[in-house]
Amino acid sequence: MPSRITLSRLAIHATLIAIAAFFLVPLLVVVLNALRSTEDITRAGVIGLPHELMWGNFQRTWSSFCIAQHCSGIQPYFWNSMRMVIPATIVSTLFGALNGYSLSLWRFRGDTVVFGIMTLGVFLPEQMRLVPWVIVLRDLGLFNTISGLVLIHTVQGLSFTTLFCRNYYISIPQDLMKAARIDGAGYFRIFWRIVLPLSPPILIVTVIWQFTGIWNEYLYGVTFTRGEQQPITAALIALSVRLADAPQYGEQSAAVLLAALPTLLVYLFGGRYFLRGLTAGAVK
Amino acid sequence: MSWRASAARALPHLVIWPPILVSCGYVLVFSAWTVWVSFTPSTLMPDYGWAGWRNYSSMLASRNWHIAYTNLFIYGPCFVVFTMATGLLLAVLIDQRIRGENIYRAVFLYPLAVSFVVTGTVWGWLLNPTIGIQKLVHDLGWTSFRFEWLIDRDMAIYTVVIAGVWQASGFAMALLLAGLRSVDADLLKAAQIDGAGPVRIYLRVVFPTIGPIFVAVLVMLLQFAIKTYDLVVALTAGGPGLASTLPTVVVYDFMFQRSELARGSAAAVMLLGSLAFVLVPYGLYRKWQQRKARAHA
Repeated sequence: MPSRITLSRLAIHATLIAIAAFFLVPLLVVVLNALRSTEDITRAGVIGLPHELMWGNFQRTWSSFCIAQHCSGIQPYFWNSMRMVIPATIVSTLFGALNGYSLSLWRFRGDTVVFGIMTLGVFLPEQMRLVPWVIVLRDLGLFNTISGLVLIHTVQGLSFTTLFCRNYYISIPQDLMKAARIDGAGYFRIFWRIVLPLSPPILIVTVIWQFTGIWNEYLYGVTFTRGEQQPITAALIALSVRLADAPQYGEQSAAVLLAALPTLLVYLFGGRYFLRGLTAGAVK
Repeated sequence: MSWRASAARALPHLVIWPPILVSCGYVLVFSAWTVWVSFTPSTLMPDYGWAGWRNYSSMLASRNWHIAYTNLFIYGPCFVVFTMATGLLLAVLIDQRIRGENIYRAVFLYPLAVSFVVTGTVWGWLLNPTIGIQKLVHDLGWTSFRFEWLIDRDMAIYTVVIAGVWQASGFAMALLLAGLRSVDADLLKAAQIDGAGPVRIYLRVVFPTIGPIFVAVLVMLLQFAIKTYDLVVALTAGGPGLASTLPTVVVYDFMFQRSELARGSAAAVMLLGSLAFVLVPYGLYRKWQQRKARAHA
């Protein structure tokens, strides 16, 4: 029955394409609107094609647009996010790898309890940590600074990074460790010579997961920083609240696109690892 | 033992323990701290007196909390059911060894890479009746068409469902697809030889074997629904009025906008309780499964 088979194939593709279109609409709308003028969008709606390409939207949004009295565009907030996400990702991944190594290969008494508590950290709602962080940041003098956000994301990221690395390292044969220890290798040498060379796949997964999560985070940014210290997600909300009466859809779309771009690029180039992180983070 | 040797023995401990203590300690200390604050009369600043259960009873009696939980009971089940259904449909369709599988997968998964703030903002435009979908349909000629959920008190919470399903379906798809692909090929062959059609094979053979994955995805989505915050802030800001507020929004509102730290903390602890209500049974279920697997082995 070749005709029936092709017909069902056709139906499958038609369904998938219809759903894919639904998934792509928001992205298309943002990309197209970033190239349209606000007057055009207000008149004809957000779903439409540009009449002329307004490349100027990007330039204005990037460097001269006004967000809460500061007319320096989205640029400073973008760099704030970068200054937050890069150190936090690197440090939390590094310590996560060490933690995972200690917990899985260098067994000690109570390691499963310790691991259980860290896993709880993954599920603990952010709202349970807000008040203590307010006090900790105030006492350290890090309130309203990017360093404060780096500290938060590093400490909280440890739960995830440790979980990822521990679950990966647990499959390294214990005999390998024993042999190395008999040869007189210590904690660092084993980590450096045996564990780290086996680690690139899990480290890529962890870095992608941390980068995406921290870049996209909003609650801490809005709670612990004000005005020009805010990361880009908080700035986006501030922008749309301020413009609620007279929205500037063209510029706002460009801002949204710029805010989404780094993680979209990471996804585009590291999709395979992104998916693996998702599966590991969810099921384990 | 020489000084150098003992230093060499001590050094690993100096490296092992601080990050482990920090990552464990903060979970315990911060949770205990918030629980403690919830029993104090703190307002703008923490005040470590004793207030008993007062904050809990006043939160439970408040209108905000009532609306937030009513909304959570609408949003949570709707979000989970529609996300699972979409994810399962996509997983089964993609499982048919179709051409272009990678492209489809990439399209369905990209929303996960995007921040909730971005998702909320963009869906806010699409669902805005004056510039979004309603406007488009009007311009196409159907002028009596109404799609004003975003500004409708009774329907606003469902806009959060739409945006949430859009963002999370790819996640359900990815996990369920991995499950479908892990089903033993011999089992499928046996069912085929017995003359079972594709629908029957899925319903009778495939879905039952991936039952544990269904449960895992369900629990992940449910805990995600309970924690939803950024999405609703960016999409409706909890409005119109309080119509689409959620428990997480109420916590933030009490803690930082009304300067009621203690009541906000009490609300946060109750939020944790809701989460435990979902996660503790799941943890026990996993334990039971593992024990069963070990007994079989």
